[in-house]
Amino acid sequence: MSGGGGPSLMDSLFQRTLDDLIKGIRLHLPGAPQSSFISKSLDEIRREIKSTDLQTKSTALQKLTYLHSLHGIDMSWAAFHAVELTSSPSFLHKKTGYLAASLSFRPSTDVLLLLTNQLRKDLSSTNQHEVSLALECLSVICTPDFARDLTPDIFVLLTSSKSFIRKKSIACLLMVFSQYPDAVRVCFKRLVENLESGDSAQTLAATVSVFCELASKEPRSYLPLAPEFYRILVESRNNWVLIKVLKIFAQLAKLEPRLAKKVVEPICDHIKRSEAKSLVFECVRTIVSSFHEYEFAVKLAVAKIREFLLDSDLNLRYLGLQGLLLVAPNHLWAVLENKEVVIKSLSDVDRNIKLEALRLVMSMVSDDNVVEICRVLIGYALKSDPEFCNEILRSILSTCSRNVYEIIIDFDWYVSLLAEMARIPHCQNGEEIEYQLIDIGMRVKDVRPELVRVGRGLLIDPALLGNPFIHRILSAAAWVSGEYVQFSRNPFEIMEALLQPRTNLLPPSIRSVYIHSTFKVLSFCLHSFLFPKKEVNSLLSDNDIEPGFTYSESEQEFTETDQATSSSAFQKRDTFTQESIDNVLTLVITSLTPLVENHDVEIQERVRNVLGLAQLAQKDISSHHDQKEKMVDKMDLKVSIIIRLINDALSEDFGPIPFNAQERVPIPDGLVLEENLSKLDSICADVPLPKSESFSLLKPINLPTDGDSISNQHNEEESETSAAESMSLLAEHRKKHGLFYLSSNDNKNASSSFPPANDPSQRDNDMEDLVKLTEESLVLKRKPNLSRPRPVVVKLDEGDRLPIIVKKTDENDDLISGAVRDVLLGNETSLHSNNPSGRRKGKTSSKDKVENSETSNSSKRRSKHRNHGNNVDKKEEISEKSKQKSGGRHRARRRADGDIDVAVQKPVIPDFLL
Amino acid sequence: IHFVLSISRQGKVRLTKWYSPYSQKERSKVIRELSGMILTRGPKLCNFVEWRGFKVVYKRYAGLYFCMCINQEDNELEILEIIQYFVETLNRYFGNVCELDLIFHFHKTYYILDEILIAGELQESSQNTVHRLIDAQDSLVEAAKEEENTVSYIIAQVAN
Repeated sequence: MSGGGGPSLMDSLFQRTLDDLIKGIRLHLPGAPQSSFISKSLDEIRREIKSTDLQTKSTALQKLTYLHSLHGIDMSWAAFHAVELTSSPSFLHKKTGYLAASLSFRPSTDVLLLLTNQLRKDLSSTNQHEVSLALECLSVICTPDFARDLTPDIFVLLTSSKSFIRKKSIACLLMVFSQYPDAVRVCFKRLVENLESGDSAQTLAATVSVFCELASKEPRSYLPLAPEFYRILVESRNNWVLIKVLKIFAQLAKLEPRLAKKVVEPICDHIKRSEAKSLVFECVRTIVSSFHEYEFAVKLAVAKIREFLLDSDLNLRYLGLQGLLLVAPNHLWAVLENKEVVIKSLSDVDRNIKLEALRLVMSMVSDDNVVEICRVLIGYALKSDPEFCNEILRSILSTCSRNVYEIIIDFDWYVSLLAEMARIPHCQNGEEIEYQLIDIGMRVKDVRPELVRVGRGLLIDPALLGNPFIHRILSAAAWVSGEYVQFSRNPFEIMEALLQPRTNLLPPSIRSVYIHSTFKVLSFCLHSFLFPKKEVNSLLSDNDIEPGFTYSESEQEFTETDQATSSSAFQKRDTFTQESIDNVLTLVITSLTPLVENHDVEIQERVRNVLGLAQLAQKDISSHHDQKEKMVDKMDLKVSIIIRLINDALSEDFGPIPFNAQERVPIPDGLVLEENLSKLDSICADVPLPKSESFSLLKPINLPTDGDSISNQHNEEESETSAAESMSLLAEHRKKHGLFYLSSNDNKNASSSFPPANDPSQRDNDMEDLVKLTEESLVLKRKPNLSRPRPVVVKLDEGDRLPIIVKKTDENDDLISGAVRDVLLGNETSLHSNNPSGRRKGKTSSKDKVENSETSNSSKRRSKHRNHGNNVDKKEEISEKSKQKSGGRHRARRRADGDIDVAVQKPVIPDFLL
Repeated sequence: IHFVLSISRQGKVRLTKWYSPYSQKERSKVIRELSGMILTRGPKLCNFVEWRGFKVVYKRYAGLYFCMCINQEDNELEILEIIQYFVETLNRYFGNVCELDLIFHFHKTYYILDEILIAGELQESSQNTVHRLIDAQDSLVEAAKEEENTVSYIIAQVAN
């Protein structure tokens, strides 16, 4: 026995079979023992697979394939052996080799090219099973190279006399086309022939499947084949084929409305006649998605959907709901008709059904019924499991906030709904609710009193602080209460709520919001105390001086609300007594002093700000109180001046800021961005440190007022009230390092070195528009049964969310469809002449055939010299073709125009929509 | 159809066939996600699951779940029928098929699947045809085996 043959024979005699391997794996426990067994087997396989004995090799590869497909073992190293086995004369080995190849090969496998020849050989084999193996393998691992090299072989197989081979080669074309669009020029003709001949049900099914897949990517090219599909739709009794044809028509009908008229009848026939639920459902889906303007068809479809909905089979119920969802956009009545079923499905056992039902319910929402639907949904949310409960809340939130709260009319209701959601035990949508609360606060002026009331309710409930899910909501409530404290009936109460001991349960970031709100409330209280006469009007008068925008236009509205709350305002004035202010100051100081040494920098800094103000105020006021004289001169106190400044700063209104605000800031000439800031060190070195106390006291004003990202705003306008001291420092600095500053526009905002994000001049225009629009909307849109008009919702131009980028179609698809169109050009002409006389087809069919063969010739020729493909001798055809081509080009141009249109239109969208 | 999976109730994979390109990493992730999603569903729920913008149609036979992943707009009921048809074919081939059959004859399962689906499309809707084809292939395999087992063949091998 030779040295080389010995181990090979030993291996083949004592080789573990596949069964042994599987049994071994099953014997070993999952986990470490099993994986060690597998790695031991892998070592064996590595040895065995190198054997010269094909049987041994084949078994080894089979074992490896098993491990690969079910245990995810890498087998790319064995690719060569798989290729080797495919070339074995034995069918068994060939089969094993192909199975391994089809399961494990990737486009990146390096021995892929070695397989090309073998595939070609097998594709032209006389043994049909070998051909089928090769086709199956190719259909999985097809790459552009394979497709290019093997297209001629597949082309031959397309006319194979064995339908078994033909159908496989047809299905294989799908992969070939997608990898190598040029193959379309060669094979498409024969594909169409297969569609027309229909001598075997299986080939027809395969062909239709291929067209269905192709059409789903780019339907337009296949319009000329519509008559063929129509014939199949009417004649075929094969449900599989019918489903695919319906899918094709669903695509085509969107492009060619005349088609719908013809097709809708047979589809309805199928619905009425067919027993197969899958076919019926497909008909229904086709009708509701593509033929929704045919009333009778839709009625029939909806009736079927209703049957599905009432069926005991959950699958049908699910599909019924899906069908309704498709109908909903065009025929809301269908949903309303089945309202009870849908609502009932909300409490179905199956989560998926519940979800579908929820989507449906949300599709029913309009501004008329939003209140009612939300009430029902909240009821369900309370009853459901946490997961679904949150799903409900999420969809309510997203539906209601759609298009800047389009469907909300009564914002007071909506705000209290948000608060109610916060109190649902499982609520995990804190972030979104937080965002909406603040967003509404900024956008909708009229709702602020209610917002403050709601915020108060949330803040003073100590139980809520224990639930980490709603901390974010509390943060919003705190911010709202601080920002709009002037609407509060009792600021002291809010102060107490903000400072309650349980706030130590909050995370630092939210706690600092609390503390900052304390600051706002405190300054408001002091302001009201120190300037009692101007109290209500102070806001207005102060803001007239401001270059800002908010109050000037809304004075009327404001006086309205003022009158409404005038009584409470008077009460309020009474509450700001010496005693109460003293109490507040003591409360602030006692509860915040321990926080001075908090580990969180943010908290520490803010606490110091508040304490600085409070202590100053306490000292001044109490000393003033001791003198018990010159009450009138309160205004002269040092604290009064500061409070006034602070209050002015705080009463500045926030507006919503679009995402692209930064981009609108013009870049001044000579400013070089992204340059290396090497000089920065030298500049930072001579930044003077703050010295005086008053400077640090005023610091919070210079800070972005809500810098902790609670509301996405960072480029807040700087207030006018910067201390003169800091101004001078700044000016000095600017003089020194002017290069790094933006040019200031002094005329507008003395201290601001940045152009404001909300450009005042533009604002004014917008406001005029807004006022005009409001008037219009009041006249036109006011509903008779509404007690009051929908409040103004501030919107931004260019959308609040980021613009959606239009998806481009896959280049590859374009290539395919382009090729298809080229091939069909001749075909199209003949079919077009057919089209009006679809019934008389038999007469012209012979002529068709002649034409077809000719065009197939020409298409072949064109594939040879594609550059001057017009070498066709028939003049007719040339003229027709050019017509077609120009048509195609026109279409393309139109599409391009459309794109530009979209691009142009976007910025033109009116700034304020109501 | 993007892929076909068969998972046992214990979460063991019994069959995987991918018609769309997925890397090995993605494959195991997909299997993990789906088995987590499908195995936890109760017995009398609907057979469709939405997953990453696709739909997964599954059906349970004894302890084995057969899953197929399809596009959103494909027909779920049709896929359900394909699964049924696949399982019936297996049943007929193995004679009262059980999980062990699929484990020990995994390659045969693949061959049957390959006769039913190609490139993610149904290619043969007649059980008889599939059966005939598989039988024909089996007999070819048997012939090859017999040839190998002949004495002359072994001697030729040894001589090499």
